[in-house]
Formats: sequence, C-alpha cells, structure tokens
Amino acid sequence: MFRNQYDNDVTVWSPQGRLHQVEYAMEAVKQGSATVGVKSSTHAVLVALKRASSELAAHQKKIMPLDKHIAVSISGLTADARVLIRFMRTECLNEHYAHDQALSLDKLMEKVGVKMQVATQRYDKRPYGVGLLIAGHDGDGPHIYQTCPSANYYDCQAMGIGARSQSARTYLERHLEEFSSSTREELIRHALRALRDTLPNDVELTNKNCSVAVVGQGEDLSIYEDEDVNPYLEGLDQEERRGGAGRSEAQPTPSDDTPASTDTTQPPSSSSGDQPQGESMDTD
Amino acid sequence: MDVGRMFGEVAPPLWSGGPAPGGFYSFPGTNNKQHETKTHTMYPSTSGTSVVGLVYDGGVMLGADTLGSYGSLARFRNVERTFKVTDKAVLTCSGDIADYQFIREVIEQKVRDDEISGFTPVLNAGALHCWLTRVLYNRRSRFDPLWLECVVAGFKDDKPFLGYVDKIGTAFEAQEVASGFGMHMAIPMIREAREKKGNLTRDDARKLLVDCLKVLYYRDCRAHFKYQVADVTAEGVKIENDLNLKPDTSWSIANFVRGYE
Repeated sequence: MFRNQYDNDVTVWSPQGRLHQVEYAMEAVKQGSATVGVKSSTHAVLVALKRASSELAAHQKKIMPLDKHIAVSISGLTADARVLIRFMRTECLNEHYAHDQALSLDKLMEKVGVKMQVATQRYDKRPYGVGLLIAGHDGDGPHIYQTCPSANYYDCQAMGIGARSQSARTYLERHLEEFSSSTREELIRHALRALRDTLPNDVELTNKNCSVAVVGQGEDLSIYEDEDVNPYLEGLDQEERRGGAGRSEAQPTPSDDTPASTDTTQPPSSSSGDQPQGESMDTD
Repeated sequence: MDVGRMFGEVAPPLWSGGPAPGGFYSFPGTNNKQHETKTHTMYPSTSGTSVVGLVYDGGVMLGADTLGSYGSLARFRNVERTFKVTDKAVLTCSGDIADYQFIREVIEQKVRDDEISGFTPVLNAGALHCWLTRVLYNRRSRFDPLWLECVVAGFKDDKPFLGYVDKIGTAFEAQEVASGFGMHMAIPMIREAREKKGNLTRDDARKLLVDCLKVLYYRDCRAHFKYQVADVTAEGVKIENDLNLKPDTSWSIANFVRGYE
C-alpha cells in the first residue's frame, strides 16, 4: 500500500537510520531559484535569482534585511522563510533592546539552529522547507552561513543553494582562492558569475530577475533591486560563460548529512533542475 | 434532659470559626494567602555608601570604600563591592550589599555563557549598562526593586564609557558619575577640576579620585578609610585593593566642632 513505510512521520526512523521526512524537506530547497553568497576578508555578498510566478506577477523578493548588518536570501518555501526571518529580526531587535548592540552572527545562528532543530524532532511539527544563506558583518568580520531544513548550519566562505545551484558551487570551488583578497566590486562580480552559471544558455541576468546585497567593514547593509543592480550587471553578458554553464543538474551530489544509500526506499530526489511552476506551495 | 443548656449557661458565640468582619472566609484544607498583604523590599539592609567614577584621557577610574553599614553601625569593614566583569567592564554598586552580590552572580553567569559559545563579543561596559537598566527598571516595575545604585565603567566601541543606573531604572552616561553622598560632593569637585584643566591625565584622575574619597570620608558618616580603586584602560582592567585613606587625614580639627556632643 505504501511505497515507503518509514516516511509518514518526522519522528520515525528508517531501519537505515534515516529520517525520510527531513530528507524530503531538504528537497524543497532545490525547488527554489538559486542564490549565492560569497565573502572576502572584508565583505559579504548575496546575490539571488528572482522568479515571477506568472506573466502578470512581479518577481518574488529573495533577499531580506534582518538588521543593519545582516541579510538573508532564501530558497524553498517562501512562507516558511518568512516565519524564520521574522524570528531572526525579533532576535536582532532584542539584542538592541537588552544590550544596545548589534547581534553577532554566531549568536543568531545558534538561536535559529535550535528553532529549526525542534521541528525535526517533534511529532506535531514539520521541518522548515527552506534553505537560507545568511550574510553579515560583526566584530568577528564578514560571515556567510547556510542553513538546511535538517537544521544543520554551516559557516561558509562561499555557497550556493537552490535550483541548478551545483553549477554555481562549481564556479565558487574553482575560484575559492581569489575571494579572500577580492575587493567589494570583485566579490559581487564573482557572485554574479556564479549565479549566471545556474541559468540556461538562453537566459541572462537582468535587473528584473536578480538582486544583490552587500555588507562589510565600515559599511551598513545595502540591498540592490531593479535598476540599482545595473552597475553591477554591466559587462557581465559580454563575459564568456565558464564550464558548467547551462548544464542541468543530473543528480545532486550527496552531502554529509544525507548519505547516499543503496536501499530501494530512497526519497525522490529532484530529477531535473527545471521545476514545474504554480503548484499549491510556492517556492522561490 | 439537658437542663443546664436551657438555663443560665452562656450561649456559644455567634459566627464562630468564621472570618473577621471585613475578612474572607478561609475554606478548610486550603492555604489561601492571596488576600494577605505582601511586603517587598522597602529599605536596604546592609548597605554600601558612595561610589565615585570619572573618565580621564584614555581610560576610566572608579573608587569606592569597603564598608558594609548596618544602619549607622559600621558592621562589615571589608566588603568589596567592585568587580571586574570582563576586560572591558567594571561594576561597582552602592546600596544593598545582598542585592549587589545577587546581581554579580547573575552577571558572572552571563559572562561565562558568552565565553563558552564560540565567538561572541565580550560584554562591554555599554552593553552591561543597557542590560542593567532593563533589569533594574523591570524589577522596580514589579514593585520589587534591587536596592542598588550601579556605576558601570569601561569601554564601548574603543572609547571610555562611564554610566549610572539606580534602583528605579534611572540611567545616564556622563564623564563623571557618583552615587549617594558622592553625587552631592564628589561631582562638583570633579567638574571644578575639569574646568581648571580640560584634559585629565591618569595621574590627575587618580589624585582627584582620592581627594573625593577623602572628602567623603570626612563628611559622610557611612564612609570608611579602606577603599578600592578600579582603573580601566584599553589594555584592560586593574583593581587595587586594601588602599587606606587614614594616613592622609587629620582629625585635629574635630576638637573645634561644637553642638553635636
């Protein structure tokens, strides 16, 4: 009757030691459009690809500010992201109220990590179906953090999540050594090149489908949308696309927390980067 | 037949076991105290007197004596009420010594929590001052104040910081701060010194601080000759203990005082 008898409840283990509901939630992140984060020794940058749910609709916002020094970009269920973002904004405000200072990224990640973990362990909850890239600058310098529905979070030099983001990660891995010494503008260019690599060959980054956020030493957070993105996109379409461009993701590479298994009860993984639009749950 | 009941004996009192007029009935098996009055702290018990602090060129200095008074009785002569919170903050309190010891333990635990959780910036004086304001104002709003006047000294954003919070949550930052009697006597002295010499050096500050404490020792009957001085610079916090004012004071003038015999 059931294809998989161990995936009906988040709290039930499979005999292989896996939590299938959590793994399904991880797939929701791959349904959202791609977003990339990179940091240098002074700055942290987020770029994101925006999608419009229909011809008549505006492009969905992908990058949200939390405070003067932190921005978040999302991939997955937009509604779940909003809950998490509201929580993180509240935590930032509380730190201003109690200690008259900006919340450190370290503390913020601890709090959001705990909140997300609870949803993977209680029978009356479900994991958050969203991945976040959190960029910020605090007393310890710039940071890029990635979160998953599995409630793992990672401190990254650079990261890309969302549909076809493997191509972006390939770009980031190839240029990893260059980031730490990059200037602000170079860093944004790197991020945009990585993001462009997730696009099909016939699509380009435009000021409609892409937004940029920057924060760094001595510089409060700025988020650029629409025509404000133009200066950063200038000349990008003339540049030759590197390897991986337009290549659709065949099979996502297994990561540490979801070890590949040979059993037949594997959860469905995204078979292709192109996802159908207009389903009951909106992902962006 | 109980004839005695009918004639002569006193009848049992009406309403026995009931509440007093205007009171509430107490049901058996319940211990209902909600109608009783409840008393919060109305006055301090063992208390410490003035604290004096001032900002100088490149740092902040704090001084306070080590007396715990029980009313007018000089009961504990070696109570230290200055403590190093982090490398960037020192706290000294006047008021109830027990409340000071309580808040010190809470702050120490806060600092330990920060230390064990990866990178978090060390609690600086500005953050501590803000946090104390929230705590003390909250307690007074619950009509259960911590009977304290706190002086926070240290650094905030790499600049010297000096702030004051009291038991009702009144808070301010200033270049010179004092609590209790010091507010009336030390602050004018420090301001006068600043008018004469704009930038106080560390030595000026130290001399001025000891002067203030000496005047307070002369004039404040709850003051004491043993004292502590905390000095916060960019390098960190230095607290000197077991300092003594007595050798620098002269009481020969006391013979001329009349009218208090």
